[in-house]
Amino acid sequence: MTIAWTEFTPWSALAGGVLLGIASVIFILVNGRVLGISGILGGLLLPKRTDTSWRVFFLLGMVLAPATLSLVAPGLVPAPRIEAGNAAIVVAGLLVGLGTRYGSGCTSGHGVCGLSRLSPRSLVATLAFMASGFAIVYVVRHLF
Amino acid sequence: MHRFIEFLVGLLFGWGLLIAGMTDPAKVIGFLDLAGAWDPSLAFVMGGGILVGLFGFTIAKKRTTSFLGSAMRLPTSNDIDRRLVLGSLVFGAGWGLAGFCPGPGIVSMGAGESKAALFVAAMVGGMLLYEALDRWSKAAANARAIP
Repeated sequence: MTIAWTEFTPWSALAGGVLLGIASVIFILVNGRVLGISGILGGLLLPKRTDTSWRVFFLLGMVLAPATLSLVAPGLVPAPRIEAGNAAIVVAGLLVGLGTRYGSGCTSGHGVCGLSRLSPRSLVATLAFMASGFAIVYVVRHLF
Repeated sequence: MHRFIEFLVGLLFGWGLLIAGMTDPAKVIGFLDLAGAWDPSLAFVMGGGILVGLFGFTIAKKRTTSFLGSAMRLPTSNDIDRRLVLGSLVFGAGWGLAGFCPGPGIVSMGAGESKAALFVAAMVGGMLLYEALDRWSKAAANARAIP
């Protein structure tokens, strides 16, 4: 293993992570809800829709994040580099949608909130999705 | 008040993902690429989040209602079952393939990235597929239960 020192951004990563933590803590303490993106979005797709408005307001905030952040701090976030082709993007989206609903959570719900709650269930989920993430990247980058 | 907080928390969470570099798929894949030139940054994202989260959730566990008086909806399931592991493995495969997980996909779509919008559309498709499969498997289980 070699470390990509030119790509390594510990401070912005830590600062961003702290913000994710603050947002999750506000959400549980003020509103009493666990901040899990796949659950919030997935709840909008249930056959019986009962609590849609809070989900919509939350997602609206997320969608407006890039525009508002570039207003406050222009040039802070570098442009994203999306290397996957359209076919890979579609397959990835289907797997992420299916997998997060079947496994009851993603990087936010299990990874940040679940581990913060010291939930063994979320630890298992996080280890599983990280392991398969490592494996897929190995297969795609180094075997083909 | 609830609606305002939800909007604000969504905004703050989106800012966190952007600043952390989670919305840059090449950076995410750089973290998942242990055999290549490894970028450990994302471990710091998770570390920062959990550092703050540990304090907040310790307080949350001791309360029965939120600060605004609503019910404390902490997860109750402790089951480590096939659904949890299999679902998470499938999720991780998709995450590694494109470098997007749900939150960054949605935020990046908001930045006008067409591939992120495509990812979110496919993700919604995957979630609807889950709902359909779930209903089908429950109906099949009910049919088996009736002799």
